[in-house]
Amino acid sequence: MEWQTYLLAFIIGGAICVVAQLILDFTNLSPGHVLSGLVVAGGVLGGLGLYDKLVQLAGAGATMPISSFGNALVKGAIMEAEKNGVIGVLTGMFELTSTGITAAIIFGFLTAVVFNPKG
Amino acid sequence: MSRDPKKKPLTVEQKRYTELVSELVPKPQYGKNALLAFLFGGLVCVIGQLFTDIYRLAFGMSSTEAGNPAVATMILVGSLLTGLGLFDKIARYAGAGLVVPVTGFANSVVASALEFKREGLVFGVGSKMFMLAGSVITFGVVTAFIIGLIYAIFIL
Repeated sequence: MEWQTYLLAFIIGGAICVVAQLILDFTNLSPGHVLSGLVVAGGVLGGLGLYDKLVQLAGAGATMPISSFGNALVKGAIMEAEKNGVIGVLTGMFELTSTGITAAIIFGFLTAVVFNPKG
Repeated sequence: MSRDPKKKPLTVEQKRYTELVSELVPKPQYGKNALLAFLFGGLVCVIGQLFTDIYRLAFGMSSTEAGNPAVATMILVGSLLTGLGLFDKIARYAGAGLVVPVTGFANSVVASALEFKREGLVFGVGSKMFMLAGSVITFGVVTAFIIGLIYAIFIL
């Protein structure tokens, strides 16, 4: 638990959010467009092997932003492709992202059942 | 949204109206928004790092393995904040700082589910839950599929 990791997580994670905020403020794009773009960017960086370097450097600063979802999808697809070729792209796609998607469905469903819309 | 180019040119009144509107609509405070997004985004990631380290030390996981439960925890936090109605209040200041991390993904799921709750559990919550988050999953999977195919065909 080194303090440098926390500093880098803060700086890199914050920087990714600033980029998104500037795109939101300076263009007409909706948050949905920007988030989709970030996921695609994370996927491309993952395909080039660069996103993992960012994760090694910044830890949660790189794994918490939604771009890491794109990276994890690509990594899962490539890992299985190494074993099973083209079929592996299909079977491995959600291998690493299953935690995030499952958590979102389960917690999202439970929250929606328990709470009621405000206002 | 940009104006339809096929539309007729604006009359003088319409032009004056659009000028008036653009004068009166408050301009985004770029610097302040960016600073707040940086601070909140950084803070969310530091909390995420804290959870990663807690899981790593408590369960003897590697940093990579510990990232998964940490992401799940942040999704739980984002869901609860949305359910309690606090997410939007914080996001008003934090902007992208709260929306870009997985907390925002959780928020888009819960917000859609709650919005359509009155349409029932099946057609409301069940179907509409991924109305906003669906695009992120779709574009992520399409990107990963293309990159995976390129990798499987040309690089392996």
